[in-house]
Amino acid sequence: MHTYTSLATKETQTVTQMQLPHIQIKDLNVHIEGKHILKNINLAIPNNSITSIIGPSGCGKTTLLKTLNRLMDDSKNVKINGSVLVNGEDIYAKDAEVTHIRKKMGLLSQRPFPLPMSIFENITYGPRIHGQRDKTVLKEIVETQLKNVGLWEEVKDRLHHSATTLSIGQQQRLCLARGLAVQPEIILGDESTSALDPISTQTIENLLIDLKSEYTIVLVTHILRQARRVSDYIIFVYNGEIIEFGKTEDILLNPQNEITKQYVKGFIS
Amino acid sequence: MSTIKSRLRREKIAKILMQLAGIGITGSLFLIIGIILFKGLPYLTWDMISQTPQGGFYIGKEGGILNAILGSFYLAGLSTILACLIGLPIAIYLNAYVDQTSTLARVSKLLFDILFGIPSIVYGAIAFSIMITLGIRASLLGGVITITLLTIPIVVRTLDELLKTIPLDLKNTTTSLGATRWQTAQILLKYIKPGLFTALLLAFGRAIGDVAGVLLTTGFSDNLPLYLDEPAATLPLAIFFQLSSPIPEVQGRAYASALILTFIILIIVICTHILASRQKKHRL
Repeated sequence: MHTYTSLATKETQTVTQMQLPHIQIKDLNVHIEGKHILKNINLAIPNNSITSIIGPSGCGKTTLLKTLNRLMDDSKNVKINGSVLVNGEDIYAKDAEVTHIRKKMGLLSQRPFPLPMSIFENITYGPRIHGQRDKTVLKEIVETQLKNVGLWEEVKDRLHHSATTLSIGQQQRLCLARGLAVQPEIILGDESTSALDPISTQTIENLLIDLKSEYTIVLVTHILRQARRVSDYIIFVYNGEIIEFGKTEDILLNPQNEITKQYVKGFIS
Repeated sequence: MSTIKSRLRREKIAKILMQLAGIGITGSLFLIIGIILFKGLPYLTWDMISQTPQGGFYIGKEGGILNAILGSFYLAGLSTILACLIGLPIAIYLNAYVDQTSTLARVSKLLFDILFGIPSIVYGAIAFSIMITLGIRASLLGGVITITLLTIPIVVRTLDELLKTIPLDLKNTTTSLGATRWQTAQILLKYIKPGLFTALLLAFGRAIGDVAGVLLTTGFSDNLPLYLDEPAATLPLAIFFQLSSPIPEVQGRAYASALILTFIILIIVICTHILASRQKKHRL
């Protein structure tokens, strides 16, 4: 399999040339219950950077995110045309193996959703379903991933307590760690901080910025300031179409399209 | 526009209606238990519980209803276990594998609703006619099969309602970690475990109290139910037979039998509640 070496550093913003596209979307059209939700999407999401999808409510940004790990498959009356290439492989190809595709992408949803198990079992759930049985390996995974999300010190003495005993901010970090435990290449965030308080939000944002050296991160957000704070690239979606895609500062400070201008200035929300 | 006064009045009326309904139901429940206690307790002896009917039991002579107590236990226990073994996979399949909006899901749920509402005498009659065709006589096994069929819809519908309450996020979480549907189903199972006891309780309650389903299929016997292929006594039928006697002694025993049946159900209810709350507490 083709692997990319990490080109990006923390100064990704200063890199003038766009990096290798990790995810490539070609002529993607999504219909849900006969409605044309996503229209002719063509995109190349770069490696090792944070790309934010912004746009007004109901514009299709979550649908766009969910098509990336084929989570739309299970929804009713969904028709998807076009292709999504991850590392050059079409995940919508007929012989594509869905569970394997999803394993490559960690999803951080709007609200943290701990599985009805202990903290330890939550983290190891992914590795266990993929066949990891070795207890020492599992213990290592738990420690590494909890340290990754800065939760280790807080929970190391109660790993076998229920995950629901954690605060909501801790739960969201646990969910991130759980996603990372299956060693994804891509992290998808669906308004992942919308249920969190400002301090937990900041923790998650900083974590994502730290993680981008190793992962490609795609976030859906409706908070423009968050997009400004964390992202390297911004995709502006309006009415199911990509209006503008570019570097964060270009989109926010110097938008080319009239609709983008209005959105960025806060005239449309 | 309604004034604040009339709104408050309606609020009051609604509250009174609800309280009346509550009092009415609780009151009638106590009345039932009171009557059973009042009429049955004097006849409740150790012999009633520990012996089988001796000659002349039904005209007021010695014996007990151990045959019916055991028969009911076996019948209800076996059918509940079987109904869960069959019903659980159906419920899981309908919720974790089948698209909720598909014809299959909708038709089968409708079907289970209909089966849920069919009176047990119909189940009994159908089972009876099949048994006659096959040349099988009334037996414990016949009863178990009939009552299992009767309780499967209860298990499926109860679990279905439970599974529906699970947030879609749970499915999305496991799915996005790369879980297969079966692996997701296992998590769903873990999630509904406390509710599983409610389904068991409902099924057991329906099974142990059923008369019509067992009347034709299980028969009745004064012997202890030792074999699946022999007729077996059940408590509701024992109550029925004793109650139809003109002898006061036997009628009193009918109430004592009802008391035993109520007591068994009480114990089962308490046990399931303890188990369910323990599950909830330990749910991680």
